[in-house]
Amino acid sequence: MIPASFEYFSPRTVPDAVNLLVRYGQEAKLLAGGHSLVPLMKLRLAAPRYVVDLNRIAGLSYIREGDGALCIGALTRHGEIETSDLIRARYPLLADAARVISDPLVRNMGTIGGSLAHADPAGDWGAAMLAGGAEVVATGPGGPRTISIDRFFEGTFVTALRPDEILTEVRLPQAVKGQGGAYLKLERKVGDFAIAAVGVGLVLDGGTCARVGIGLCNVGPTSLRAEKAARSLIGRKPDDAAVARAAETAAAECDPADDLRGPADYKRDVVRVLTARALRLAVQRARGGA
Amino acid sequence: MGNRITVTINGTAREAEVEPRLLLVHFIREVLGMTGTHIGCDTTNCGACTVLLDGRAVKSCTVFAVQADGRTVLTVEGLARDGELHPIQEAFREQHGLQCGFCTPGMMMTAYALLQRLPNPTEEQIRWGISGNLCRCTGYVNIVAAIKDAAEKLRASPARAGGKG
Repeated sequence: MIPASFEYFSPRTVPDAVNLLVRYGQEAKLLAGGHSLVPLMKLRLAAPRYVVDLNRIAGLSYIREGDGALCIGALTRHGEIETSDLIRARYPLLADAARVISDPLVRNMGTIGGSLAHADPAGDWGAAMLAGGAEVVATGPGGPRTISIDRFFEGTFVTALRPDEILTEVRLPQAVKGQGGAYLKLERKVGDFAIAAVGVGLVLDGGTCARVGIGLCNVGPTSLRAEKAARSLIGRKPDDAAVARAAETAAAECDPADDLRGPADYKRDVVRVLTARALRLAVQRARGGA
Repeated sequence: MGNRITVTINGTAREAEVEPRLLLVHFIREVLGMTGTHIGCDTTNCGACTVLLDGRAVKSCTVFAVQADGRTVLTVEGLARDGELHPIQEAFREQHGLQCGFCTPGMMMTAYALLQRLPNPTEEQIRWGISGNLCRCTGYVNIVAAIKDAAEKLRASPARAGGKG
């Protein structure tokens, strides 16, 4: 399959890339890992006239902690997050999610920024970031601004990014004592998009839940936050009854569709089961267990 | 509208004028005439087109040739040296790690990258490592055995680990 013709740019700096977006607007597409964009172009579902390759911009690939945040450069590959010692040691939600994104070859190219900006409801990072309470940094002609992940996904493949903005960084609250997380995904076969997946990020304080985020993957028009389910746990002990109630609430909050991966009722029940399991695993990790 | 690119492929710099929409796999097969890299699904699923781009195993049907400008590519043709099979190739032959052979070049390139990162992988690490490469013949058992065997051969003679370039 051959994509439609396009003009190719490979700017060396973020401002140069932004200038190209200012000049070409909606006719330009940003190329990061390319593992969503290139297949779409090959299928002619996308035919941008201008492709702006971000891969030659130095300094957009990093994972570091500082000022109370974990900062991940937009061009960081899924595989780099999967194999990062820092992520493995302190951010189980991200470590779990990274290893179930597509397959190892795709993870060598695909990037966290590209995945979020693509805003596929089946993208694993969207649900993980909603669970983790992330914010994204968008850089446009006026410089950078931060957008809460809760306001980032506006629709299927639609985000709060403006046409002349580039997602340059993802930030999460830095790991604290009592923090736990997990990401569980059910897939038909290894490497597939999720039938459903659930991310949980929480902080326990004296045995009760001080912060809870629950993100749901591929069970709605966008990555979803199970807000009522998360709120039901705040200030409570995450015991079996509370976990079961939250899981049922999350199942009620999601909005799956019948498709080749299964009927909606089945997916809703998958969300219930995975939410309970992810909550239990996150709690266990928060208490210092594996 | 052509873009001039230089790609170091299997240790040799190759220059060409390409359209930006030309995929890396088509550049390798049709422009350079190296047909060891196969095209399977053409939809980023099967891994038959796997090559190493700056040392990382990637699906070359999902990368534009212009993205490889100034970078190094290793294909299956770059594994053997001086007429001698690479230990990974030897192991695939000896362990019967193939039947029809279509997935084999991609499978071996993934194995090459995997063994550089994990010289002594467990069976589970091998199985996860090749989970982006589909084989419709073998059921994977002999492929896993071949990669295990290749790991042993490479640990015994690390000087043979590198391909061309």
